[in-house]
Amino acid sequence: MYKILKKETLAPNIYLMDIEAKRVAKSCYPGQFVIVKMDEKGERIPLTICDYDREIGSVTIVFQALGSSTKRMAEYEEGDEFRDFAGPLGRKSELIDEPEDELRKKSILFVAGGVGTAPVYPQVKWMKEQGYDVDCVIGARNKDLIILEDEMKKVAKNVYVTTDDGSYGFKGNVNDCIKDLVNNQGKHYDLVIAIGPVIMMKFVCILTKELGIPTIVSMNPIMVDGTGMCGACRLTVGGKVKFACVDGPEFDGHLVDFDESMKRQQMYKTVEGRAILKEKEGATHKGGGCGCSDDPADR
Amino acid sequence: MDVLKKTPVREQDAKERAHNFKEVCLGYNDDEAKEEALRCLKCKNAKCIGGCPVSIDIPGFINQVEKGNVEEAYKVISNYSALPAVCGRVCPQESQCEERCIRGIKGEPISIGKLERYVADWAREKGIKPEMPTEQKNKKVAVIGSGPAGLTCAGDLAKAGYDVTIFEALHEAGGVLVYGIPEFRLPKETVVKSEIENVKALGVKIETNVVIGKSTTIDELMEEEGFEAVFIGSGAGLPKFMGIPGENANGVFSANEYLTRNNLMKAFEAGYDTPIAAGQRVAVVGGGNVAMDAARTALRLGAEVYVIYRRSEEELPARVEEVHHAKEEGIIFKFLTNPTEILVDENGWVKGMRCEEMELLEPDASGRRRPVPKKDSEFELPVDTVIMSLGTSPNPLISSTTEGLDLNKYNCIVADEETGKTTKEGVFAGGDAVIGAATVILAMGAGKKAAKAIDEYLSNKK
Repeated sequence: MYKILKKETLAPNIYLMDIEAKRVAKSCYPGQFVIVKMDEKGERIPLTICDYDREIGSVTIVFQALGSSTKRMAEYEEGDEFRDFAGPLGRKSELIDEPEDELRKKSILFVAGGVGTAPVYPQVKWMKEQGYDVDCVIGARNKDLIILEDEMKKVAKNVYVTTDDGSYGFKGNVNDCIKDLVNNQGKHYDLVIAIGPVIMMKFVCILTKELGIPTIVSMNPIMVDGTGMCGACRLTVGGKVKFACVDGPEFDGHLVDFDESMKRQQMYKTVEGRAILKEKEGATHKGGGCGCSDDPADR
Repeated sequence: MDVLKKTPVREQDAKERAHNFKEVCLGYNDDEAKEEALRCLKCKNAKCIGGCPVSIDIPGFINQVEKGNVEEAYKVISNYSALPAVCGRVCPQESQCEERCIRGIKGEPISIGKLERYVADWAREKGIKPEMPTEQKNKKVAVIGSGPAGLTCAGDLAKAGYDVTIFEALHEAGGVLVYGIPEFRLPKETVVKSEIENVKALGVKIETNVVIGKSTTIDELMEEEGFEAVFIGSGAGLPKFMGIPGENANGVFSANEYLTRNNLMKAFEAGYDTPIAAGQRVAVVGGGNVAMDAARTALRLGAEVYVIYRRSEEELPARVEEVHHAKEEGIIFKFLTNPTEILVDENGWVKGMRCEEMELLEPDASGRRRPVPKKDSEFELPVDTVIMSLGTSPNPLISSTTEGLDLNKYNCIVADEETGKTTKEGVFAGGDAVIGAATVILAMGAGKKAAKAIDEYLSNKK
């Protein structure tokens, strides 16, 4: 069992938890993820590592309560325990193993979208600890959904906050902000690392390709085991099939087939939707498995 | 009773079982077991033993069954096998012990598997546990993977007095026994769980959620955690895909994913959170036991199911019993058929599969009849789900993070056949990680041999 040492609400429906997991804390690096299974009947949920404390033996996760499982997870409190917490999984960020003189020469921009700010944070923090200055754009739909701004300000040289509705910081999406930095503020970047919703990463990559800036993205496909034994998380990168859980989750964003990835993410959308309905409707819930729907996404 | 024929075993009716996940084969009762045991000639130089990869004293235990001493029979089997309730169910006996049975020359061989299963089930129901070892050697051994190879090796080492810890990447111990083989062939709660409890009863510790190569490494286990020897039984869990167009469409699964969702995550059972896109018309590509398991699972989830195999029925690698059961349940076999493309609709979902018909050439030097496509034989099969069951290979996670561990060209760990000794001092390996995807009993045999070799290694080590 893995104890919840701390729980914090970062924004409406976005939660941070410190979990006691000694083996994971000892061996994890930025860029990697864990799989959480709440209880006996729960599913295996992949979550990127947001922070870790090797002394205490804890790992920080941040999640958005979207589906029925993450909503149930949000009901757990400090002192409660998760049944399973496996990791670290996936490859660490390439920055970790890059030669110091190479890294020193690079001007790096991190781009964080919504809850994707959580996996960006440990990378920026690691860079700071090694003595590198980086910039960071944090974007969200509105002010309420901006998370970890203060933490990020402590570790990044410059933090640019942007909201779609202009309720806070720069008005516009992350791409508007990147364009402003490069075109109007005379910023130059050698590398962009973008983590957020797939649609955001896709559009960031279209822009950075135009700008000629190499870009790394962290993919978040559906996963089951997270150890390479099933291929649920497969995606196409540079025309080749890759398993995000072992070959990634970070890939060269200019080579990823985002459209295919977005379609694959929809696979259980209605199944998840049905699970929420079932919970809400309780005993009055009908349907599921009857195969009566014509909607292909419903099969 | 006809001594030339096996005592029939009771089974769930095909029509009924096609809609549930309860065990198909119901096993022998006391009378049926005695009747079958009576058929055994109790050969002095019993050939059947040589057909068993762990060399169980088969006439010895059958003799006890005949006398009604089932507890004694269980003790006899326990000397050789840690998982009799599993092996009695899933071993391909027709090509192992039963193939060599003298009775089989003129008639049907003794139903050794069903008798083994009877004894193990009887012992479980009576709550009989293996005994804790008395001798303690105070030496730590790590076992990587809790599948059949790891469980057997751990059990044997514990019996010899070692302090054994199994490290398992998933949240449940059992390997393929829990995620791969379905409930209707191998019940999890009763059979698998209790066999694992029996291994724990010998003092073996099991640490789940530890991914060796990520959470920690073999080198760290040996250098920092005091393990003096390591057995790698990490299996062959990496699925193969065909590399044909459309394979990343929604509705295309590896058999590993489909079966893991259903067996380990219990997607079929109400109250469990993991979803499964079961499908209405399902094509399973492949002809091994895993293909049969996937096909029969899809059928039970309500689909019409095709098994697509590029050779003919004669070459099917699956167990005869499983193919027979699959046919009884209504699985449709399409032999000499090979998929060339998966057809995808505008939303990214499978809408069909393009296939070509095959014909078999004369046997080549290796004795295999190679399938080649027939000219102008392409056709489309309308399906909404495709399950790829083309075999698996070992996961490179452990080998890539362990210094000095050699692999062969198939990514299998190089290990001595008799001892499981690898190219790294103190590290042994066995099962699918060494020989590629094979059977439960072969993995157990390898675990057994390695346990003996580890005991010798540690006894000689100063």
